[in-house]
Amino acid sequence: MTVDTETAQARTQKLEGLGTKRKRVEDARFTQGKGNYVDDIKLPGMLFGDFVRSPYGHARIKSINKDAALKVPGVKAVLTAADLKPLKLHYMPTLAGDVQAVLADEKVLFQGQEVAFVVAEDRYSAADAVDLVEVEYQELPALVDPTKAMAPGAPELRDDLKGKTSGAHGPRKHHNHIFTWETGDAAATDKALKSAQVVAKEYIVYQRVHPCPLETCGCVASMDKINGHLTVWGTFQAPHAVRTVASLISGIPEHKIRIISPDIGGGFGNKVGVYPGYICSIVASIVTGVPVKWIEDRMENLQATAFARDYHMTGEIAATKDGRITGLRCHVLADHGAFDACADPTKYPAGFFNICTGSYDIPAAHVTVDGVYTNKAPGGVAYRCSFRVTEASYFIERMVDVLARKLNMDPAELRRKNFIRKEQFPYTSALGWEYDSGDYHTALDKALKAVDYPGLRSEQKRNREAFARGETRKLMGIGVSFFTEIVGAGPIKNCDILGLGMFDSCEIRVHPTGSAIARLGTISQGQGHATTFAQILATEIGIPASNITVEEGDTDTAPYGLGTYGSRSTPVAGAATAMAGRKIRAKAQMIAAYLLEVHDDDLEWDIDRFRVKGAPERFKTMAEIAFSAYNKVPPGMEPGLEAVSYYDPPNMTYPFGAYVCVVDVDVDTGITEVRRFYALDDCGTRINPMIIEGQVHGGLTEALAIAMGQEMAYDELGNLKNASLLDFFLPTAVETPAWETDYTTTPSPHHPIGAKGVGESPNVGGVSAFSNAVNDAFAHAGLTHTQMPHDHWRVWKTAERLKLTAAA
Amino acid sequence: MIPASFEYHRPRSVQEALALLATHGDGARVVAGGHSLVPMMKLRMARPDHLVDLQELAELRQIRSETGYLVIGAMTTQHELIGSELLAAKCPILRETSLLIADPQVRYCGTLGGNVANGDPGNDMPAVMMVLAASYRIAGAGGERQVAARDFYRGTFATALQEGEILTEIRIPVLAAGHGYAYEKQKRKVGDYATAAAAVVLSRTGGKCTAASVALTNVADTPLFAADAGAALVGTALDAKAIAQAVRLAQKIARPSPDGRGPADFRTHVAGVMVRRAIERAAGRAA
Ligand SMILES: Cc1cc2nc3c(=O)[nH]c(=O)nc-3n(C[C@H](O)[C@H](O)[C@H](O)COP(=O)(O)OP(=O)(O)OC[C@H]3O[C@@H](n4cnc5c(N)ncnc54)[C@H](O)[C@@H]3O)c2cc1C
Repeated sequence: MTVDTETAQARTQKLEGLGTKRKRVEDARFTQGKGNYVDDIKLPGMLFGDFVRSPYGHARIKSINKDAALKVPGVKAVLTAADLKPLKLHYMPTLAGDVQAVLADEKVLFQGQEVAFVVAEDRYSAADAVDLVEVEYQELPALVDPTKAMAPGAPELRDDLKGKTSGAHGPRKHHNHIFTWETGDAAATDKALKSAQVVAKEYIVYQRVHPCPLETCGCVASMDKINGHLTVWGTFQAPHAVRTVASLISGIPEHKIRIISPDIGGGFGNKVGVYPGYICSIVASIVTGVPVKWIEDRMENLQATAFARDYHMTGEIAATKDGRITGLRCHVLADHGAFDACADPTKYPAGFFNICTGSYDIPAAHVTVDGVYTNKAPGGVAYRCSFRVTEASYFIERMVDVLARKLNMDPAELRRKNFIRKEQFPYTSALGWEYDSGDYHTALDKALKAVDYPGLRSEQKRNREAFARGETRKLMGIGVSFFTEIVGAGPIKNCDILGLGMFDSCEIRVHPTGSAIARLGTISQGQGHATTFAQILATEIGIPASNITVEEGDTDTAPYGLGTYGSRSTPVAGAATAMAGRKIRAKAQMIAAYLLEVHDDDLEWDIDRFRVKGAPERFKTMAEIAFSAYNKVPPGMEPGLEAVSYYDPPNMTYPFGAYVCVVDVDVDTGITEVRRFYALDDCGTRINPMIIEGQVHGGLTEALAIAMGQEMAYDELGNLKNASLLDFFLPTAVETPAWETDYTTTPSPHHPIGAKGVGESPNVGGVSAFSNAVNDAFAHAGLTHTQMPHDHWRVWKTAERLKLTAAA
Repeated sequence: MIPASFEYHRPRSVQEALALLATHGDGARVVAGGHSLVPMMKLRMARPDHLVDLQELAELRQIRSETGYLVIGAMTTQHELIGSELLAAKCPILRETSLLIADPQVRYCGTLGGNVANGDPGNDMPAVMMVLAASYRIAGAGGERQVAARDFYRGTFATALQEGEILTEIRIPVLAAGHGYAYEKQKRKVGDYATAAAAVVLSRTGGKCTAASVALTNVADTPLFAADAGAALVGTALDAKAIAQAVRLAQKIARPSPDGRGPADFRTHVAGVMVRRAIERAAGRAA
């Protein structure tokens, strides 16, 4: 027996388990440029695909002539809808129960839509040939506004749905209507609003934005004609789901399809869906018998692959005079673009928008969402949020501020007054969610204290007086936002995508020398799974995190899972990891008992070993047990030390947080400077505080981008006016303020390690904090609400409307 | 985002470059730092058949003092402008402006010649050249000529440069000692062209403004020399009233088109704010 003199503390440190600021194991390769992204994959004989795209928002295709394109040296094929039709591949199913044209069939419905796919020996000849495909269009009137799309005489967009009075989510009430989704108690809400002492009403638009990951979408498809195996490397946030969908679409048996997600340069929801580029590459590889690569460029990414938001929300909130919220009603016109390609669980065509009662104990609520087709790109993905949760959070956090204005009450105080109280958890909301745990008052109080909220308000008062006296041209704004997220989709009883339950999985193999490999059904796009999942396991099975390899993204080796988005990796796959670890530990305990010649129950777990109760000098370390698992196991036990867990979460998790933003708005230029941003996050048990901080920094930066500058701006003809990073606002380090982060810890009661997930919280809570701050800067001048983005000209226009501007 | 195919040439002298341009006619295009031209080629908005790269022409890459003039070779990069001690001492507005152009990566490649020859109203240097009363030396098959910056710009991507010509140097008359200067630019983010920007150079003696020039960036299809605005300052104490008048006169000639930076009225307003701030800052700097 080894004599072990190390202290418990030293042994714990060696594991680098839960709570450790462990450095990211991924960074060594990324910082040296050694990542392996899709575009790094080069296969012998590989061809390149490129799209001919529609220049119009809405047009009829009169003819397509490929002749000139086919004459370009190196060009192998030009595919159009006519070529895909015999294979029944000119349309593909979307994740939302609709179909989407793979290549435009007779009509184009948005600018940038895929019309033809050119396949050539290199990118350059492909691009040249794209220029030479002659497409004759007849322009049709375009619809870019969902309200106009629902007008009685509006042009009908989807010829393929003509006459269909119902869709995947029930009846359609107009030819451009997709679905109506309704939840809550209409009568009770109506009563609350009618009998209320105070009602505030507001029209709130969460504009269309784009996740815009630094790496665009792409794939390499390789069909081996000899054995009939198809391998696809791609930017997939859900590789297993892609395999199943690819099998269903192509008819290739699922065991002959292998999907590999290599390193992914950010996803943020943009890489959840299935895109025409994937289908066309697969078809092209089948046709040509060699691998085919397709990589979007930035403009294509912004124009054609999934956008986010575009929610047009009308809210009414009822309250007593002293600020008790009594009811909430919301109607949403949801612009889904030309095809309904939202990535939501099947039963939730508006995602989890019904989390829109937020962090408040609201007795009655009612929500209706109408999905609408327009001549814009399809999508509607969960951009760094659980399905439609940012929209919901923005909505309620603006509405509470609007109400505060009407009541002439401090917005922080109004929030405190209506919070769900600590003792009410688990709490069932009026719209049907069971919030697992929370302590909102503590979090908000800590935040307000940290920023000296009363001090800020009196500074603001002085600032307004100085402004009135003409001593300054800047106005100070203070934004408070308190969000509750709903993440970790989800329990199979209510969450599936295309019939696939939204469980996740982990499979662990412990090697004889005490190291291990863990494979998961998720896929990191920068979140650092290889670092954090090893930490969960280190604590569960007592093997140092540095001795555990975490592997994801290869469907031939990883267990089935639903992928990474909606902050689901930690809540679901993280739970599976802990559960699989516990299976390993249970077997290890039996082996240890056998080796120590005691009964299983006489042992207790001690950091990295089992020891005999009352005789701590008698123990077996996990490394020793691992070796024995391969040569000396109890009679009747199978050798080896492996486990797998498929985890179906009993509930979602509900991270929350309190954010405070302080801005200075220059009314002469419209420039808003973020002076201070404080973010308190409660994500339950904290696995790696450094990674949490990084996630919060990234999410807040995206929230800044959305609130202060992002908008996919379409003109009346359906032209996207800002499809490049010159005009689509992606902040650099210079535009990004310093973030202050903080936390409280309220573990999830149902998650094996109490973790709730954090990746998306800052985007969900951040947007409203910025927006509330800008609105607050003008509150004294009578502003209740102004639409995002709060870019220079819009802020100046607001100031002008409020008569705060002066001649230059 | 892939350019059409082209032939690439790398001449060793201005003469050789001119010969190449003459041979290939309107299919040929000069490339300097490539940071305006190459993006346009990738969008296939520019499709030259022949690219004549001026990178090897060391003769066009120098900053020197001549009697009465500062002379800057066309191939001098924006990064080199920032680093030049001579310019820091004699013409500091160039450093101030360069630092507001894009980011260090762009400035390592982008040249002064390319910036002023490009003809994009978004470029920052042309307005500065106007207030400095600079002129451009141009070499062509038929010899050399000079064009004043104030006469050079005709429209978007249209300048006095003719087919086959190369801009070789920028000549700036020596500035009065103790002059005040400022370049004020509002932009949405690093790497963005101006919502509106203003360049101001002025001098004053005994509390009175003795000379002033004002020019505007990105509020019309060319950079704008605001002669009236400058004239309105001369002889005044640069007091609030005079500045307000100069601002009004500058705004009067602005004709911005609406774009992602804002509607026309906003951009005109910002132009005014930039002019006012630039005058105030320049006045504060004037000895
Ligand atoms: C992200 C980004 C942001 C930018 N932001 C700004 C900004 O804020 N402000 C700004 O002013 N610029 C900006 N630029 C442009 C940048 O400054 C360019 O480098 C500059 O405009 C052109 O210089 P160049 O040397 O790169 O010229 P090139 O791109 O090589 O050439 C530009 C044009 O000038 C012609 N040309 C070049 N040199 C000569 C010559 N000697 N004689 C005759 N013709 C010539 C070329 O034929 C071409 O038509 C930005 C560029 C990028 C990529």
